[in-house]
Amino acid sequence: MAKKKVKVIKVNADECNGCRACEVFCAAFHAQPQYSSVNPAKARIRVIHDPIKNIFLPVLAGPHTEAECLARDKYTVDGKEYEECAFCRAAACPSREVFKDPDSGLPLKCDACETEPPLEEPWCVKVCLVDALTYEEREEEVEEEKLDELEIGLESLVNRYGLDKVMDTMARIAASKRG
Amino acid sequence: MRYAETGYNLEIDLSRGSIEKVPTDPKWTELFLGGLGTNVKILWDRVGPEVEPFSPDNLLVLSAGLLEGTPAIGANRTIISAGVSPQTSFMAFSMMGGFFGPELKHAGYDKVIIRGKSPDLVYLWINDDKVEIRDASHLRGKGALETAQLIREELKEPKAQVAAIGLAGENRVYFASVEHFRSSASRLGLGAIMGDKGLKAIAVRGTKDIYVAQPSKFVELCDEVLKYIEWREKNPIKGVPAILATIGAPQEMKLTDESWHTTSFAWGHARQRRKDFWNEEIEKKWTEIHEKAIKRLVSCYNCPVRCGAIIAYPALELPTYMMKCYTKLTYVMAAWTDNLEFGYKIAGKAHDYGIDGFTAPQVMAFAIELYEAGILTDKDLPGFPSSNEERFFYLLEKIVRREGIGDILANGVYWAARQIGKGAEEFDHNTTKKHEQMVIKLGMLNPIYFLMYGTGEKANITQIEGQIPQAPLPKDYREEFIKDWIQVPTKYAERFKQFILEWGDEGKVFPFWPPIDLVCELVEWQETMHYIDDSTGICAGLSSFPIKPPYHIRNLPLLISAATGLDMDEDKLWEVARRIRNFVRAYNVRRGLRRQDDYPPKDHWKKRFPEYEEKLLDSYYEFKGWNKEGIPTKKTLEKLGLDYVAEDLIKRGILKDEEVPSKETLAETEKK
Repeated sequence: MAKKKVKVIKVNADECNGCRACEVFCAAFHAQPQYSSVNPAKARIRVIHDPIKNIFLPVLAGPHTEAECLARDKYTVDGKEYEECAFCRAAACPSREVFKDPDSGLPLKCDACETEPPLEEPWCVKVCLVDALTYEEREEEVEEEKLDELEIGLESLVNRYGLDKVMDTMARIAASKRG
Repeated sequence: MRYAETGYNLEIDLSRGSIEKVPTDPKWTELFLGGLGTNVKILWDRVGPEVEPFSPDNLLVLSAGLLEGTPAIGANRTIISAGVSPQTSFMAFSMMGGFFGPELKHAGYDKVIIRGKSPDLVYLWINDDKVEIRDASHLRGKGALETAQLIREELKEPKAQVAAIGLAGENRVYFASVEHFRSSASRLGLGAIMGDKGLKAIAVRGTKDIYVAQPSKFVELCDEVLKYIEWREKNPIKGVPAILATIGAPQEMKLTDESWHTTSFAWGHARQRRKDFWNEEIEKKWTEIHEKAIKRLVSCYNCPVRCGAIIAYPALELPTYMMKCYTKLTYVMAAWTDNLEFGYKIAGKAHDYGIDGFTAPQVMAFAIELYEAGILTDKDLPGFPSSNEERFFYLLEKIVRREGIGDILANGVYWAARQIGKGAEEFDHNTTKKHEQMVIKLGMLNPIYFLMYGTGEKANITQIEGQIPQAPLPKDYREEFIKDWIQVPTKYAERFKQFILEWGDEGKVFPFWPPIDLVCELVEWQETMHYIDDSTGICAGLSSFPIKPPYHIRNLPLLISAATGLDMDEDKLWEVARRIRNFVRAYNVRRGLRRQDDYPPKDHWKKRFPEYEEKLLDSYYEFKGWNKEGIPTKKTLEKLGLDYVAEDLIKRGILKDEEVPSKETLAETEKK
């Protein structure tokens, strides 16, 4: 059995105070050069902040999407109506100006502040003193994929002769067989 | 490349409908930082002493502070100044927290400067480089928070930050506020100036970068501040009231123990203390109401301290609103009622109308006093209800509409008393510089507060005081207190620590202790820290106001240097604050401010010492390098690089050319 590292940023929206420090430090960390500028519009987290409706919802940027949905969603939870696509994490969706770099239009995706040496926790979590954001790292066991006989044979050939040589030979054989 | 600041101001002329983006002089940053510092420079240059409050030539400046838009924790204040306050006729000055200032920086501007008057009600929409003056006739009469919601919907921009006035501002009530989120810039009538200019609101959205000069260093410093905040919240100061023991504004949204304000401050029209008010029964009742009313504790931009709260409670029959600090009690205590629910209800309405929660209750209590004294009659107050709570609601409606007697009361206690006459002047007992002061009436003269109340031009004690406890600390705690007191300025560190150790000992009590030179130094320290905050945009709640704050004179120069690239240190920063302080004073002196304006309310303390008070004032003026009239001398101004200010005052005959400060002050200045 193999192990895989899983990173989780846990969001407790009930504790959010709406200060947007997460946005500020996310943007600073991801600036080039690092920390040289701040622009919350470039953050990979956003706080949906509508105090009059008591809506305080931090949302982390997910993967890039090229196309918008066929049907958008709009949620009401506990009598509070959230904005359209509020819970969607897609970056640079053509339907909206969210998680899209305002200068380049490129998608902005949360990478949990990956860097070398690694940080103890992502910046958004670190600066959230009210604990609306907390961080968890855990290891999950994953099934190892079993290789079949052909793969085992090929792999040993690669190990012995090198990948290039095996590929060249395969290409030559393929060309002669196909005539 | 400009660091920390954008290097541009937005100039709006509402008479001509013109919009200009104007680059600023980087030299000014060195001399005045930003915020209040650069505001006063602009006002000095452009608003002459002849300008009236409601003249198109009066300028309204909404400014972000120097460190806003950087990661500096809690740098989020919007510093609003106007050349002339309708109430005091001096510079109008107030600030608010929230999100507006940082958003303005990200839109690419350090300030919005508004001149002229629009013939129709308009609002300003700043969307990065696109700036529009838009019709606001459909927003006339709308509440301030409602206006913000409507504008965001109309623009389809939920992220737009809005500063707006309510009905009170539209009707030029002298104590009308500018409202934003849970905050208000409510002192000295800025809302009235905005209303007079026909400007209902300013909405801003920004998506631009703000740069810092030394990125890693700066973030490291921010991280230290955050860590200190975390530690400090877990380590409250001992021996002081609970709501003052932590950082932020007094934590009255979080805590329910209101024994301090209710028993130490004066009720009614700042008349009487109720030393036995707070008891178990009240505490139980108030806690219940408090917990029902408060839905969530909220913070301003990039700050972990939760000073504000969302108030929503069906019994109030009001739309949801936000509150912070002492507003919870100002109306309750002025109306002399034990009903906290009334406080939440009237404060909600007052917020939406946009009036100062500090001045308005005093004006209302003043009106009730006049009615009870027969100076105002049923003719002036037709259908005046019999209970104080109902009377307050009645007066609120009259004042914000300037209806009937409301038209006079809307000018504040000082002016209303003189317009009403018939002895009403006698009831104007709690104003300084024609402006309502904190409702405190105490026994023994406090020499430190005497100078702060009297000489502070922001006319609001909470924006001058801070850093030191308000009463001696328990004897067995003093040593422990000073051990990690890193916030004291280097040059005064030993003296201030000694002050804490001795204060309260036999013979070491007010009014004749501490010695006057120490009184002056303590006042200057407190005031200086506020002047720095007002220019960086850092919230006083993290800096100048609480005891042992995360920001102080030792780390602020480092933060400013790392953010801007300026070479700042403790002495230089002190000098900048002194420059700004003297500039504000000179500005107001040009508008007529003199010694006679520098006294606290007569009944602020029961035990007064007129001769000693004069001596205090004389010594403080000398210490500041001001003459007997409280005017900065030529020498003082020149030392600060304000030669042109001295020249102007001399030309106008306000200052004499040969005037120099006393020998002691010269020696003191020379040493630096």
